[in-house]
Amino acid sequence: MSEAVTGMTAAIEVRAVEKRFGNVGIIRDLNLTVVKGERHAIIGPNGAGKSTTFNLISGHIKPTSGEVKLNGDVISGLRPFEINRRGLSRSFQVTNVFARMTVWENVRCAVLWATGQRYAFWKNVDSLPEVRERTAQILDDIHLTHRRDVPAGLLTYAEQRELEIGITIASGATVVMLDEPTAGMSHAETDRAVALIRRLTEGKTLVIVEHDMSVVFGLADRISVLVYGHIIASGTPEEIRRDPKVKEAYLGEEAH
Amino acid sequence: MLELVVISTLNGVLFGMLLFLLSSGLTVIFSMMGVLNFAHASFYMLGAFFGFQLTKWIGFWPALVLAPLLVGAIGMAVERYGLRNTHKHGHVAELLLTFGLAFAIEEIVSMIWGKSPLDYRVPALLDFPAFTIFSTNYPAYKIFMLAVSVIIFVALLIVLKRTRVGLIVQAALTHPHMVGHLGHNVGRVFMAVFGVGSALAGLAGVIAGPALVTQSDMAASLGPILFVVIVFGGLGSLPGAFIASLVIGLVQTFAVALDGSLASAFGPLDPSAGPSVLTDIWNVTIAQVAPIVPYVLLVIILIVRPMGLMGTRES
Amino acid sequence: MTKATNSTSKAGADTSSGSLRFYGVWLIGIVALIVLPMIFSSGGSLTSFSLIGIAIVFALSYNILLGQTGLLSFGHAVHYGLGGFAACHMMNAVVSHGWPIPLPFIPLFGGLGGLVFAVIIGWVMTKRAGTVFAMISLGIGELVASSSLILRSVFGGESGITTDRTALPKMFGWSFGPQLQVYYLIAFWLVLSAIAMYALTRTPLGRICNAVRDNPERVQFIGYDPHVVRYLAFCFAGFFAGVAGGLAAINFEIANSAYLGAIQSGFVLFSTFIGGTAYFFGPILGAILVTYLQLGLANLTSAWQLYFGIIFIGIVMFSPGGIAGLVMMHRPLVRAGTLWTVIPSYLVAVVPTLALACGVILSIETVARYSGGEPIDLFGIGFKPTSPVTWVAAVVLVIGGAFVARLSWRRIAEAWDRAATVARDRGYLA
Repeated sequence: MSEAVTGMTAAIEVRAVEKRFGNVGIIRDLNLTVVKGERHAIIGPNGAGKSTTFNLISGHIKPTSGEVKLNGDVISGLRPFEINRRGLSRSFQVTNVFARMTVWENVRCAVLWATGQRYAFWKNVDSLPEVRERTAQILDDIHLTHRRDVPAGLLTYAEQRELEIGITIASGATVVMLDEPTAGMSHAETDRAVALIRRLTEGKTLVIVEHDMSVVFGLADRISVLVYGHIIASGTPEEIRRDPKVKEAYLGEEAH
Repeated sequence: MLELVVISTLNGVLFGMLLFLLSSGLTVIFSMMGVLNFAHASFYMLGAFFGFQLTKWIGFWPALVLAPLLVGAIGMAVERYGLRNTHKHGHVAELLLTFGLAFAIEEIVSMIWGKSPLDYRVPALLDFPAFTIFSTNYPAYKIFMLAVSVIIFVALLIVLKRTRVGLIVQAALTHPHMVGHLGHNVGRVFMAVFGVGSALAGLAGVIAGPALVTQSDMAASLGPILFVVIVFGGLGSLPGAFIASLVIGLVQTFAVALDGSLASAFGPLDPSAGPSVLTDIWNVTIAQVAPIVPYVLLVIILIVRPMGLMGTRES
Repeated sequence: MTKATNSTSKAGADTSSGSLRFYGVWLIGIVALIVLPMIFSSGGSLTSFSLIGIAIVFALSYNILLGQTGLLSFGHAVHYGLGGFAACHMMNAVVSHGWPIPLPFIPLFGGLGGLVFAVIIGWVMTKRAGTVFAMISLGIGELVASSSLILRSVFGGESGITTDRTALPKMFGWSFGPQLQVYYLIAFWLVLSAIAMYALTRTPLGRICNAVRDNPERVQFIGYDPHVVRYLAFCFAGFFAGVAGGLAAINFEIANSAYLGAIQSGFVLFSTFIGGTAYFFGPILGAILVTYLQLGLANLTSAWQLYFGIIFIGIVMFSPGGIAGLVMMHRPLVRAGTLWTVIPSYLVAVVPTLALACGVILSIETVARYSGGEPIDLFGIGFKPTSPVTWVAAVVLVIGGAFVARLSWRRIAEAWDRAATVARDRGYLA
């Protein structure tokens, strides 16, 4: 796919982004295009800068130079909540939920902004039908309805990961970024999570960082390979599988 | 005027160095353990009262050594039996524990020694004017205080730069999350750091006691200034704490020494206007404003540079 | 009022018995407020009830920060004090200008006083949370307290601003001279403020405050700016603290710099934390207990503040959920019917724990009264602070009590774990 064609339909465009911490360049000349509606996986060895890339796109950290566009608008330099309001939502590699609040409250909080409640202090949060229905729907989607009154901190690990995905998709964002959603899960749990992700991101743009290659090759429409803060290859799973650079830098390494 | 400048500079640097004796310990403890020790100024007060009592019993010089050791031991006990057990409840609980301690220590001190100022005298050996500038006799004891704080400052630098423990502390200052990887003796390191920090605060108390007022409210009045110093300098930054200590020490000393007001500079306001906020501000002397100067500095730094002077961390 | 602030609403599907119980608790509280002065009608108890009412409003306002939003403030009395001054100035202005504003509306102006300051300073203060916010609140508290002594025309210097609450226009023919009428005024505002603050916890903002408390980082990724959330919470807390200050100004007919000071800020922190921050009724319990102890202990011992400090440290170390947390811990056991298995171990622990407490009290009073020599009266037994018998008794009680008490506490923990496990197995969360 050439740059000119994707320019019109790109959900995320990362152009010449660099990130330095002190003198250390973590990300060098990063270029990445995620097409609207596709499922795009970012893979790469440990320390390649995958999480940093997520943080750069979602506004968690600001790039030293270069720019990031969301649906054609520049978002680099915006605060995370501003980017989120423009329709980009992300999850975290380390479970990052509201531990003392119940599952229901967790998801509902994530629904509030998207349903236009903003900072309202004159409405009863329990009597907002749209909020309630959407929260119930998402709980149902992530199969946690039976655990709705449990504080999130007391859930099992796999349940917390599912809640993490639930919070991420709750706002109805069109671009969803998942950071290692299946990390630490058993085979059965992983299969369940993949099915969940596939179903919940239907019709949306998905960017996923994942270590499990079977997940990546089973789920992704396109894959980008990140090595030392630089994308060395982007393409369909088949193209990536055949790419000699990738074999040398990454897949070959895995085989040893 | 020149006389005032020289004397105030000397006093200001002295006060600043005293503040640094306290703020350095507080900064290192905060960086390593994530605990802002609210009771730090109380350890300073304990130093002064122990110093007073031990001076009465065994003389000033043994007290100068013993009192800080005692305070250090109390600090270690607080870390071992208090903070370590509270750690699992989070940093707010730890901060609250030290807040409760500060409160309790003040009550205990006023229960034992009363609420009025103590007669904590300068030792006879140092009770003479060191030199005379213009018409002011500068007391030798203040020179001694300055010397002690400079010696401690240099010793701290050497420990930080040259020893293994110093390297650990330095690493903790720049990479606080790495402290957890120190290994199984992390508890002992924490206890030692907390003990040394408390002992330094105690030492500051022993030497400051005779020169300033030794009274049960001395912790409550110094504590907030101390916190201004470390927020102003940037939480977790030793150089920041050093600069902020000197800045606040100098600014406050100069403010106390200056007697001018807007009224004395520009003449009184029209008395027919009657009392108002404006006349209050117009007539107040700089010396009267001195107590609020550190807090005004705090507000300014928060607006201009929320991280503090040398701070790099968000929280 | 026993409903947890972060308990789940049974959205819509709520059974009518649940909501009946909910409204029942509020109704009982209101009826109690009305009936109390009829049962205890002495001047002293009316004064106490008034002070407790003010303290409850103040502590609830503080919990908007600490319990709801996770902001630890060491300077909350600033809003209380400014509310008090605003109320005093307003009352004097009403009298001198002849405005038709009766006394019951004055606390509103106190609230505005607290709110205005929060609106002005809050944006800078709430930029950062955690330890930095705590230190800044301390600094701002000192700044305002010190400034109040300089700006004499507004704050009246050392003596403060006085006022006369009876000079305002009458309402329902009440002059508000008698303490009973003032009590009902305070009770009215207590109910109003408590309902408003409880309602706040049930709004979208209230819930996002909880989210900011739990995880400010993640809040940014669900579309909210934690700074704005903290700022709004700070403003609400400032308003209700100002209402409490206004009530205090009406009650004492004076506002002075002590209203603004560190002691008042520490008092509200103690009340709220001892009561428990995780439940809406926690600060209410705390305010009642701390005010009551303050009034009662001050007559008994000169070291009463030390006892506060010790209670506070004990709560921080052993029960960070406060009294409310301790009470609510037992709810799953009650529901599962396993509470009875724990009670024997509680009863066993009572004796050594009491012995330990007596030892501590005896030690403190011995030190406090050593120079004065007044005798110590401990549950009817007299001790002389200068006598070695007292010292030995204190040491034996402390050491022996601590030793046996620790054993008995361990038994409680074991019994508790067993009961909680059973409760969990029966499907009640513990």
